[in-house]
Amino acid sequence: MAFNGHQFDDDILDEDGTPSKQLRPDKEMPESAASAGRASSPRRTSNSMSRLRKDSMKKTRPPFPWFGMDIGGTLVKLVYFEPKDITAEEEQEEVDNLKSIRRYLTSNIAYGKTGHRDVHLELQDLTLCGRTGNLHFIRFPTQDLPAFLQMARNKHFSSLHTTLCATGGGAYKFESDFRTMADLQLHKLDELDCLIRGVLYIDSVMSRGLSECYYFENPTDPDHCIQKPYTLENPYPLLLVNIGSGVSILAVYSENNYKRVTGTSLGGGTFLGLCCLLTGCSTFEEALKMASDGESTRVDKLVRDIYGGDYERFGLPGWAVASSFGNMMSKEKRESVSKEDLARATLVTITNNIGSITRMCALNENIERVVFVGNFLRVNTLSMKLLAYAMDYWSKGQLKALFLQHEVQHLSEATPTSMLERAPSPLNAFLCLCVHPGLLWCSRSPAGASPSILTSSKDALLNLLHTPLAL
Amino acid sequence: MAECVGVDSNTSGHSMDKSITLPPDEIFRNLENAKRFAIDIGGSLTKLAYYSTVQHKVAKVRSFDTTAKEAPNDKLYEISVQEEVTARLHFIKFENAYIETCLDFIKDHLVNTETKVIKATGGGAHKFKELIEKKLGLNVDKEDEMTCLIKGCNFVLKNIPHEAFVYARHADSEFRFQTANPDIFPYLLVNIGSGVSIVKVESEDQFERIGGSSIGGGTFWGLGALLTKTKRFDELLQLASKGQHTNVDMLVKDIYGGSYGCLGLTGDLIASSFGKSATADKEFSKEDMAKSLLHMISNDIGQLACLYAKLHNLSRVYFGGFFIRGHPVTMHTITYSINFFTKGEVQALFLRHEGYLGAIGAFLKGAEEDNPNQYSWGENYAGSSGLMSVSPDMNPMQRARSGTFPFDMLEMDRLERQLVNLPLLQDPSSYIPDTVDLTEDALARDYWLYCFEDALDGVVKRAVASQPDIPEAVVRAEKFRQKYRHKLLTLRHQPFAYGSLTVRSLLDTREHCLNEFNFPDPYSKIKQRENDMALKHYQRTVESLDALSWEDRQFALVSGVLAGNVFDWGAKAVSDVLESDPGFGFEQAKRQLEERPWLVDTYDQWLQRLKGPAHKCALFFVDNSGVDIILGVMPFVRELLSRGTEVVLASNSGPALNDVTNGELQILTERIAAMDPVLQAGLQEDRLTLVQSGSSSPCLDLSRLDKVLAMVVRERQTDLVIIEGMGRAIHTNYYATLSCESLKMAVIKNSWLADRLGGKLFSVVFKYEVPLGKVHHNGATLMLS
Repeated sequence: MAFNGHQFDDDILDEDGTPSKQLRPDKEMPESAASAGRASSPRRTSNSMSRLRKDSMKKTRPPFPWFGMDIGGTLVKLVYFEPKDITAEEEQEEVDNLKSIRRYLTSNIAYGKTGHRDVHLELQDLTLCGRTGNLHFIRFPTQDLPAFLQMARNKHFSSLHTTLCATGGGAYKFESDFRTMADLQLHKLDELDCLIRGVLYIDSVMSRGLSECYYFENPTDPDHCIQKPYTLENPYPLLLVNIGSGVSILAVYSENNYKRVTGTSLGGGTFLGLCCLLTGCSTFEEALKMASDGESTRVDKLVRDIYGGDYERFGLPGWAVASSFGNMMSKEKRESVSKEDLARATLVTITNNIGSITRMCALNENIERVVFVGNFLRVNTLSMKLLAYAMDYWSKGQLKALFLQHEVQHLSEATPTSMLERAPSPLNAFLCLCVHPGLLWCSRSPAGASPSILTSSKDALLNLLHTPLAL
Repeated sequence: MAECVGVDSNTSGHSMDKSITLPPDEIFRNLENAKRFAIDIGGSLTKLAYYSTVQHKVAKVRSFDTTAKEAPNDKLYEISVQEEVTARLHFIKFENAYIETCLDFIKDHLVNTETKVIKATGGGAHKFKELIEKKLGLNVDKEDEMTCLIKGCNFVLKNIPHEAFVYARHADSEFRFQTANPDIFPYLLVNIGSGVSIVKVESEDQFERIGGSSIGGGTFWGLGALLTKTKRFDELLQLASKGQHTNVDMLVKDIYGGSYGCLGLTGDLIASSFGKSATADKEFSKEDMAKSLLHMISNDIGQLACLYAKLHNLSRVYFGGFFIRGHPVTMHTITYSINFFTKGEVQALFLRHEGYLGAIGAFLKGAEEDNPNQYSWGENYAGSSGLMSVSPDMNPMQRARSGTFPFDMLEMDRLERQLVNLPLLQDPSSYIPDTVDLTEDALARDYWLYCFEDALDGVVKRAVASQPDIPEAVVRAEKFRQKYRHKLLTLRHQPFAYGSLTVRSLLDTREHCLNEFNFPDPYSKIKQRENDMALKHYQRTVESLDALSWEDRQFALVSGVLAGNVFDWGAKAVSDVLESDPGFGFEQAKRQLEERPWLVDTYDQWLQRLKGPAHKCALFFVDNSGVDIILGVMPFVRELLSRGTEVVLASNSGPALNDVTNGELQILTERIAAMDPVLQAGLQEDRLTLVQSGSSSPCLDLSRLDKVLAMVVRERQTDLVIIEGMGRAIHTNYYATLSCESLKMAVIKNSWLADRLGGKLFSVVFKYEVPLGKVHHNGATLMLS
């Protein structure tokens, strides 16, 4: 999540008065930000953050309105902080257009034809930067961004001296539109940079109580496959696989030293895209639900379909998939499979392929631990177990697949709209905590930020790093 | 996961067409002597392999009994045409739909009853097992698919030059053939059947399946059929070639507006395959979906292949399987993917005979007792269809238009001799025999294709004339004309059909076609006449040379070789002269030569070198019969012997144009030795040796020479290689670098070529070279040309 993009003008002072570097240098071009970030000097630890003095917060508190945007390939996710502790004095001072923005946003749940506010996600009485208020979640299709910009222009957003924090590919794609159409500057945040810090951070926050990281014990034995906590005490080196619309694979050697090893375009977007085309479904949840009811072996051609059993000459077990969708070459079989079978086969194909590429990267990079993250895995225990199985089986137990607690959510809790696209992933919420100074503070606010607040806010905070980059 | 296995044939959408009648002598050739059958049945194509013998007429020369004193008509030797049996491997590829018709045909024509077993491989082998056993009465013996594939792959890589190629869709020549590296191992074979198998091959019998993927050709076909309701694989490919993947895929720029600079990801990269179909609420065209699917699968396979290649540190990666099989669309996407993922460090290689690997391997398994691997084999250009010809791989619609039979053939002849590299090649792995690649040089290609077509009448005429007593020779010669003309036509449209098109391959194809129609040596009589004539002048020539001063003699010897080389029935400009003026003589030829300085002239360095110590041993690749060998080469050899240099004379094993063959040279040399004590002594003291080159081509491929020649060269510590004539020193080997001194001598008897090289007709190339860093024995560093 990107919060209202006010920048720190001075170095933040620690309690003892020694200056410490702020997280991200100001006015830095996003392109160089990633590399600069990697090489930059010591990063703030969670400990030092907690020692921020309240007055320094006041000093650095950005002016209202507080907005954060995540501009994805499909949806724009906008978060708006509505201050509820406005004094009469402030009310007086509040300029008209600020007031009208606040009223417009908080009194409606639909904006135009396509904009929606997710009331059920709203977070009330949240303390942020010393202010208390409600956090609203608004979404609209990326294709309607011009209309949004037009509104911003009509309401003279630019006169409010606000800088919008934005992430997602659209932050780059539409930056000039923001400038020319609405006279707004975007403060862009790089996604991968944040991802790494987020994963490390979340583990450091959580490991004191609950373990954030876990793995599947006995992944190759369905009856004894159990989720077990895993402590990332010495996390490096680590392979980080971020599965969103596409997939990025990062080798992390230290907090500041990582590289993108490779990526693949066969990711969550492919799963959903193919499912939509094959089954007529329209959401990630629908697709997942179908997949859980289907049988992929009717669609895929297995080794035993060809060899009658194992292909012993090469140590291939009969159950292994020889050709994904291979049975669909036959007309009769095409006619006999269900939509659920097709959805399942799509899920298995995409998941196994990610597993396969990951395993090869791990071998090439000589890394034994793999952490899988990303929206594709949310609500998707099926894929996680498949990945755990594939890693373990094909590496003969050499590779360990790790997952994060905050990725997990149950279908019942899921929002009805496409999660893949909106995906207020709790993980991503943490990621922005680590990136944005305002939010860093939020997580450690003297008002009592605790892991429980963190977890309660998990559903609400926008995913700063939402759009997963592939390839 | 994933096998090279084929798919159910009923999915291919073919209907059995039993109404066709097969043109027997065009497809299943030489069935009468066929034995050792093997069959590879894939998802849609069947590949049949068998061994057979071919009876051919060969021209033999036999010396007249010299003790009888009285040789009839003063002839040096007699020519006889004999029947010779040679071994040939036949490979035929056809659609599964024809399998029953083909089996019936084979049954009807199979004479040999020793055959009891047919080796079978491929996914469809079990399905057709009963049919084969019933029709042919043979026991089907199944062989492991991967083993066959690898065996076949090793075989073609070893025996077929220009087997492997790089595909570049938008380049001037789409196919860039690789020079045959004598050391083919280790390599990676990525077989894309319904699934993908990635195999590391380390030696003849050592290979390991190191990985694979279930996303392969079956995924493209199966998923493609679901998405587009298109049933046939090649129709899916056609759809894909017309589609725009950017309508379906989510690109980096769709998300970022441009490139994602800090990661070096350009905007056109696919961020998420089918990503747009996940969100956009609209219809997608079949073409666009097929294209997106093709990209998704090709990229995925390419990526995995690169990861495996990197892990195992392999740089040669061959791709095969029905997904590839000559389809430009998939070769392009795979190539693109490999380039992308390795940043150009690894090239995707494809094989010209990829479709035959399984059948070849299964056949080799069955023929193990004959030990076919101990021989060298050569592709027969006359009997093989060539790449991208009208083959069953081709789209049925295209084929229907062309109206030809959907059969593709490969024939390989067993060579009498095992072929190896010349040990004196500087770098065997980078040696390219041919000077001009006509596949790349369109201008040169047009000229030479025209030139060979133009010369065809003359060749037909001489072919008929070489068999004056056989009336049906006219009919055969006409068949030869048609065959070769058709080959030239094919090559005009598909210059890459038999690997890189070169003057050498055009000449070799002509020889193969002549042999096919039993014209083993159309020039035999001309050669005989010219040898007889030239021999009469030998003594006088040698005497006049001996009368010269040392320095004048050296020049006269060189001029003699060059003038002799003018007599060449292979060059049209010369054969026209020889035909119109039978009295054209050696002296006239000398006058035709250009004055020094020649077009390429390092004679002064050569002369300087001759003033130094004698060479240990010279290997001389000779060219034409008659004046060339007798009055040009032999006196030169005589001088070398006199200097104390051993000489190895290498001549063709079989006839080609008017080139002197090893058989003829044996007789000539004996005869000359009888009147020349220097040569006589040379022969007796084993300082003059005759070897055969192993070739029957007017050109010279130094990477495929008789094993015996290589042995002799090594034993004698050869330190000078002399190559004579346009075919061997200009069309080929002009740029060949050797590890010892070399001398290339030729007269350019083609005005077009002369023009190209900046000279004129009868310009002289005299190219004496010393390898870099080698210092002349007498201490003087020689200038390098």
